[in-house]
Amino acid sequence: MFQLVTPEGTVPQPDLLPDVPTRLRLYRLMRRARHFDERAWVLYRTGRMGVFPPYGGMEASQVGTAAALTHDDWLFPTYRDTGAALTYGLPIPQTIAYWRTSPHGWAMPQNLKVLPFYIPIATQYPQAVGAALAEKRQGTQNVAMAYIGDGGSSEGDFHEALNFAGALDAPCVFVLQNNGWAISVPTRTQTRATNLSRRAEGYGIPGVRVDGNDVLATYHVTREAVERARRGEGPTLIETVTYRIKPHTVADDPSRYRTEADTAGWDAKDPVLRLRTHLLAQGHLTEEDDAAITRDIEAEFEAALKEADAYPEPTPAEIVDHVFAEPTPQLRRQRAQLLAEEEA
Amino acid sequence: MTAAPPTRTKTMTMVAAINDALALALETDPAVHIFGEDVGVMGGVFRATDGLQARFGTERVFDTPLAEAGIVGMGIGMGLAGLKPVAEIQFAGFLYPALDQILSHLGRYRHRTRSRYHLPMVVRAPYGGGVHTPEQHADSPEAILAHTPGVKVVIPSTPRDAKGLLLAAIEDPDPVFFFESIKLYRSVKEEVPEGHYTVPLGQARVVTQGDDVTVICYGGMVEVATRAAEAARAHGIGVEVIDLRTLVPLDTDTILESVAKTGRVVVVTEAPRTGGFHSEISAIIAEEAIEHLQAPIVRVTGFDAPYPPFTSIEDVYRPNPVRVAKAIRQVMAY
Repeated sequence: MFQLVTPEGTVPQPDLLPDVPTRLRLYRLMRRARHFDERAWVLYRTGRMGVFPPYGGMEASQVGTAAALTHDDWLFPTYRDTGAALTYGLPIPQTIAYWRTSPHGWAMPQNLKVLPFYIPIATQYPQAVGAALAEKRQGTQNVAMAYIGDGGSSEGDFHEALNFAGALDAPCVFVLQNNGWAISVPTRTQTRATNLSRRAEGYGIPGVRVDGNDVLATYHVTREAVERARRGEGPTLIETVTYRIKPHTVADDPSRYRTEADTAGWDAKDPVLRLRTHLLAQGHLTEEDDAAITRDIEAEFEAALKEADAYPEPTPAEIVDHVFAEPTPQLRRQRAQLLAEEEA
Repeated sequence: MTAAPPTRTKTMTMVAAINDALALALETDPAVHIFGEDVGVMGGVFRATDGLQARFGTERVFDTPLAEAGIVGMGIGMGLAGLKPVAEIQFAGFLYPALDQILSHLGRYRHRTRSRYHLPMVVRAPYGGGVHTPEQHADSPEAILAHTPGVKVVIPSTPRDAKGLLLAAIEDPDPVFFFESIKLYRSVKEEVPEGHYTVPLGQARVVTQGDDVTVICYGGMVEVATRAAEAARAHGIGVEVIDLRTLVPLDTDTILESVAKTGRVVVVTEAPRTGGFHSEISAIIAEEAIEHLQAPIVRVTGFDAPYPPFTSIEDVYRPNPVRVAKAIRQVMAY
């Protein structure tokens, strides 16, 4: 398993480390992603957020991969990949609105190529292949990156997509976040396979297994996969080995299916603390810098929350809007009914 | 885009008209890409894409691995990223592995992104019975798609319509399912305009006019209903046959106008009986035109059983002119 920084902060292959500004950027992005996760939880508890799937503990897996993209590339995130979407560039107010089930969060920004979080499992994988292939057909060097979990890799769509991407040579980067659990089902019940990156071999494409709690490692292998795809050398599957420390969603009770001891070992592998330890030890970060980052991130989130709070509620007619470019006669009639009921 | 229909015509089968439409689309719009199982080198199992790869290259017309969810899912991604995907599913009865992609995504992308993204995708699939195909090759799953919000459903019954409707479907900004009756592929020929023209989605066609009974049908059943109407005319019964052409959007005006005139309705499909699109038609007439009805609506359909792969009894499952004529007599005798 590829690793650049150990949990103790030692660096076995220093020549592979990204430069210091990149390391600081990744640290800041992880802190920002974690802050969103923590605040979302609190907002849910106080009735100011809908059901939210937390990703705390998986920041290195999401940030390190998404940070390797530009806005010309595509990002296909699952419901647990808010951290990846934020890293890619989805604005915080819209992200809050999305998890509040507000239409303002569902309209993805025009200047980004990020899709709304996918709820059905694995369906985004073949779609990423199509987007990647379309970029290639249009002569760009843009790539498509799609996420999945270990549970999702049991779905047929996962396998069809890897096969299509290989056969059609699509510039795709497939991220498989092996976080140990598909709601209550552990990976060992999910599959007899113990190394999911090796599934790539069956489709004739490279597979990489990386420490999913080491952001410098996930960033390094993803950059390599993205560059390969840009050069026209085809798709890559990256398995990030990490752990879902938090429950499946804010409404889930993991004590029914796992012990606290299962989780405790992974707390020690915390990806944010690992990079922090490394940066402090190397003298690239001071406690004062860290406190300033905290202040910036908190201020950014509070301003974004204010903006999201100001979005108006949808009206009932929005139920039948955006179905077709031109509504059918049937939809027009149903819209008129909704408006009439609103007025009554 | 739509100029006056070209005046020169050429005698064509439906499959030739479809091939002609696909070639025109490839020629005029570089975003159009055709893909599926066996559509490239082989030109499709029914030859609908014959010669297109040789003419337009392996990037525009290409074979995919054998996996329907992959085909539709990949098409969705292509549509997102600015292409106009035209996918072929080899038989409509093979659509089922792709239903997750269709129901979860294809139909709701515009909605779930509040129009940030839309999918100008066409999925073509041969459907229906009448030519003694093996098991699973004769299904009529159009009601499943018509029940799926966000997708359009088109089913032509003539070569001329097939070409014009397919061009309209490819030019449509939203996803369209285009079902082609296997029975009609080569059994009918007519004069088809050369060059570009479209038949707009959402406009039914009155095939024959009559004052006594309205027979509502589409696709492979139009020929069957028309033959039954001719037989009834010999007995002095005036039958108005309406070819819906598109189930979504549905032309209820043409249906209701005809029902107001005749007061008697027969609906014909080759799909299973329960929950089919024929039932939707019946419900619309019951809701909006019951005061005109002089007899209960009669449905002529398949059975609530898988389409039989048994050649000698296939024609019992699939409605034929005799069954439709019997239904016409039934509504007349009420």
